[in-house]
Amino acid sequence: MTTPRTGSTLLRHLAGAVLAGTLVVLLTNQLPPYENLQVARVCAFLCVTAGHTVLVGLNGQLSLGHGALMATGAYTVALVQRGLDERAVGGGWWVLPGSLLAAVAVTALGGLVVGLAAARLRGPYLAGVTLAVATLVPAVTTIFTGVFNGEQGLRFPAQAPPAALGPYFQPERWLAWIALAAALLTMLLLANLVRSRYGRSLRAVRDDEVAARLAGIPVARTQVLAFVVSAGCAGLGGGVYAVLTATVAPGKFPLDLSLFLLMAIVIGGLGSLAGAVWGALLLVALQDLPALLTEHLDLSTGLAQRLEGNLALAVFGLILIVVMLAAPGGLQGGVRALATRLRAAVRRAPDR
Amino acid sequence: MQRFWFLTFDGLAAGAVYAAFALALVLIWRAARVVNFAQGAMAVATAYVGYAVVGATGSYWLGLAAAVLAGLALGALVERVLMRFVGPAGPLNQVIVALGLVLLVQAVLGMVFGNGYRPAPAPFDTDALTVGGVAALSPYDLWVLGAALTVVALLALLFTRTPVGLRMRAAAFAPEVSRLLGVSVGRMLTLGWALAAGVGALAGMLVVPTGLGLHPHAMDLVFVVAFTAAVVGGLDSPVGAVVGGLLVGLILSYVTGYLGPDTTPLAVLVLLLAVLLVRPGGLFSAARARHV
Amino acid sequence: MRPTTRRVLAAAAGLALLATLPACADDAKQAAENVPGVTDGEIVVGTHQPLTGPAAPGYSKISAAVKAYFEHVNGKGGVHGRKIVYKVMDDGYNPANTENVVRKLVLDDKVFALLGGLGTPTHTTVLEFVKAQRVPDLFVASGSRNWNQPAKYPTTFGWQPDYTVEGKILASWVKREFPGATVCHFGQNDDFGRDSLAGVEQVLGPVAAKQTYTTTNQQVGPAIGALRAAGCQVVISASIPGFTALAMGQAAGQGFRAQWVVSNVGADYTTLAAQLGDKKVILEGMVADNYLPMVGDTTNPWIREYSRIHQRFNAGNPIDGNAVYGYSMAYTFVQALLAAGPEPTREKLVEAVRRGGFRGPGLTPFRYAEGVHAGYSGVRLSRVSGGAQTYFGPTYTTDDGGAAVTEFIEAPATPPADAVPTA
Repeated sequence: MTTPRTGSTLLRHLAGAVLAGTLVVLLTNQLPPYENLQVARVCAFLCVTAGHTVLVGLNGQLSLGHGALMATGAYTVALVQRGLDERAVGGGWWVLPGSLLAAVAVTALGGLVVGLAAARLRGPYLAGVTLAVATLVPAVTTIFTGVFNGEQGLRFPAQAPPAALGPYFQPERWLAWIALAAALLTMLLLANLVRSRYGRSLRAVRDDEVAARLAGIPVARTQVLAFVVSAGCAGLGGGVYAVLTATVAPGKFPLDLSLFLLMAIVIGGLGSLAGAVWGALLLVALQDLPALLTEHLDLSTGLAQRLEGNLALAVFGLILIVVMLAAPGGLQGGVRALATRLRAAVRRAPDR
Repeated sequence: MQRFWFLTFDGLAAGAVYAAFALALVLIWRAARVVNFAQGAMAVATAYVGYAVVGATGSYWLGLAAAVLAGLALGALVERVLMRFVGPAGPLNQVIVALGLVLLVQAVLGMVFGNGYRPAPAPFDTDALTVGGVAALSPYDLWVLGAALTVVALLALLFTRTPVGLRMRAAAFAPEVSRLLGVSVGRMLTLGWALAAGVGALAGMLVVPTGLGLHPHAMDLVFVVAFTAAVVGGLDSPVGAVVGGLLVGLILSYVTGYLGPDTTPLAVLVLLLAVLLVRPGGLFSAARARHV
Repeated sequence: MRPTTRRVLAAAAGLALLATLPACADDAKQAAENVPGVTDGEIVVGTHQPLTGPAAPGYSKISAAVKAYFEHVNGKGGVHGRKIVYKVMDDGYNPANTENVVRKLVLDDKVFALLGGLGTPTHTTVLEFVKAQRVPDLFVASGSRNWNQPAKYPTTFGWQPDYTVEGKILASWVKREFPGATVCHFGQNDDFGRDSLAGVEQVLGPVAAKQTYTTTNQQVGPAIGALRAAGCQVVISASIPGFTALAMGQAAGQGFRAQWVVSNVGADYTTLAAQLGDKKVILEGMVADNYLPMVGDTTNPWIREYSRIHQRFNAGNPIDGNAVYGYSMAYTFVQALLAAGPEPTREKLVEAVRRGGFRGPGLTPFRYAEGVHAGYSGVRLSRVSGGAQTYFGPTYTTDDGGAAVTEFIEAPATPPADAVPTA
């Protein structure tokens, strides 16, 4: 490991972000509306998976409750935007960033609470507590129906593209840009964090708590902070996710979502931000797979009815199992291994 | 006061079911140091087998036996064909494979049997016996409680009194040392998975008649509650699983009865935090919690 | 600065400039397209349904019936010479998936209209989108009053009688048949239970006891125990089929004998009996309501026609209340399409439904009118006796407001040839 020169690392990450962002913007300019929404969903999920993989992969704390943290961010955005709208102060350009900032803050606070409890717990016991957190969303929204409107959820004004972009600007493209900005910001901050001294503390605590403590790293504080950062990212992702459809409802954040988030980061490649990108892509693919399969398979009605929906789930289950068997390091681990082998082959070639 | 007794009986009946299922989770944790997230889906699959046999032969007991046998076989199969090859990369990979298995099993069940509810008859009367005007436990509830307790007793015997049980414990706690001592760790793992899935199958057969009926998702909710119960009791302790199951059943019943059905997830979280912040390894944790 | 960094920076800057170029070329073109989903030979219609997941049992059979009916109609030449293509998307009863598949249907597949999207929490999340896209959103499969807000959602229409209408009619029967009895309410903890309770209490005043359940908690024992302890003699239940069976099973287990009066949504005898198996005897005497021909009534001309279609196009599924629901809703849709004329547009379709006046398999007229987007206006009561669910007494109509419950005496319509509407 080379000692990172902070200045150049930051600059390199910044350049990478601009490059990736530009490519995605170019892509969105070509895409029809629904495909742009898919891009937007990938970006929203990326905020969540990136933060999640730092917590689980780099810090070794298992969280099965990130779906609930997403919900916290989503509901914060909805409540803030509704509140502003009702007081007739909505409509300004600052409403969106303001509400997303509030989502990050509130969710980070939630992460602090969970993190304080989590710092005392290990392995399956932490899994048990976070699993209980994941099931909270419907309960809380029903108990406080006055605020959250029960299972029907809340609607808030949809984001329209600014007038400067012209009257025919595709609204879905604007949504994709919003989500892209959030995802790039998250990735940039996390990439620098991972490379910083704090990032090394995270890994040290994961690898050996006792050794980390002997090295003078405040273990509990490092763990709680990891939870706070991860929750903040989940809050931002959840907030953006809500903005894409301008709705929130408890049914959008079921236990399955939390489990799928975990699957996504492990299949993508645990602990790697590039793996988080794979994970985000996978989550969106999972949502769209059923439609694809039913559309392109022409079956007799009886058989089709049995397969409808079920087939997509079976395929996804199989993919999870096969990837884990074939590439234990996830997709990113597989890519890395492949690249290493290729490079070795290239280097060997001129010798012959 | 009548209400309290009623809720107590109701909670015990539900708790017995959670206890039985939590036992299966504890078994696999003891054998392989992994939480088997596919336990619920596997139990549903074996329950389909069991009720197919019930339908064909008309005998509940044959069906029960078939389900448990199918469980033993399925457990061994999953370990031999899947989990064995996932092991070294870390426990999370096994969790993900288990989750993949959940999706696969539920989808296949849906394709083969359809997504509808199928009736799941109980072997005993489900009408509650009345004690002092309070609807108490039904004969079926007593059978579930009795079955769960019997399994705990049998497991205790197995683990403390038989050589196989001792080898299984050794293989789980210190695989390297065990291997040096001539214990076939691999075979013990397979046995552990088979045993756990067998108990899971039994639990599935006990659970299904108390719920909405047999369908691919019949154990989803039960899994979450039973996992909570196992964690509360301590994942290493079969007794803890039973106590945890009954405790969670009682608390869910009191909370549902006195505060309403929406509040139960909150109550579960409060219970978990209350127990784990005092005893991070669950109520019956044998080993001392790591001090960090 | 390292050379690679510099190269990346340069490339990034160049690309960033490129990205600022305007890209609205095809956006303007898209805005001026003609009627989406309609060609000379086809009309494409979409829906979201719970084909998998916890809500799939029972409800997944509705769209199968709708599909079968359209195949039948297509075989007879379609509507105004166009065949109906019905795109069914699985949302697993998860609102996030609903939002996604509905956007795919509207933006990508360019469906002409949505038909029979199922579920209150699911469909509620797409109302704003459907409104913004001006897509006709017909016959939402849920009895919520949300679909009847024409000022807010001008293209959305309900179809089945709403839960308040049902609650009022069930309660007025209870009031007459059980004067002075202790009447209680058991309901789902959402608008289904709440709207039903509102209708019941409008007629009966405050009920003696009310209990709720939530679909993620199968422990209904405490709620049933509370109703028993309150001495309820009549329980009006707004529950989905699974929980109707669970609750009545619990009541039987606790030795709690009461008259159960169940909302149509959770009272289909075929579905309940299949779930209960040998225990189905506890359904004897259950009173419920319906507004469509009873599936067990083999002398009913509609059921005879439906059975024929079912045999031919949908034989893999049981013919039950869900199938009859699907056939009848599809029938109403064909009526609406016919009324929209030979050159249909989205506006014409919405206008045709608003004009209303459709009569078909339903026992009562629809409430569709200028400013009203609610479906069937009433129900008739049924009772389970000897393993069969049959109608008794008159048909009643009312609304979800303050209107009285009145008898409806007009005879039900008879089906046209092959049960395909002609005008």
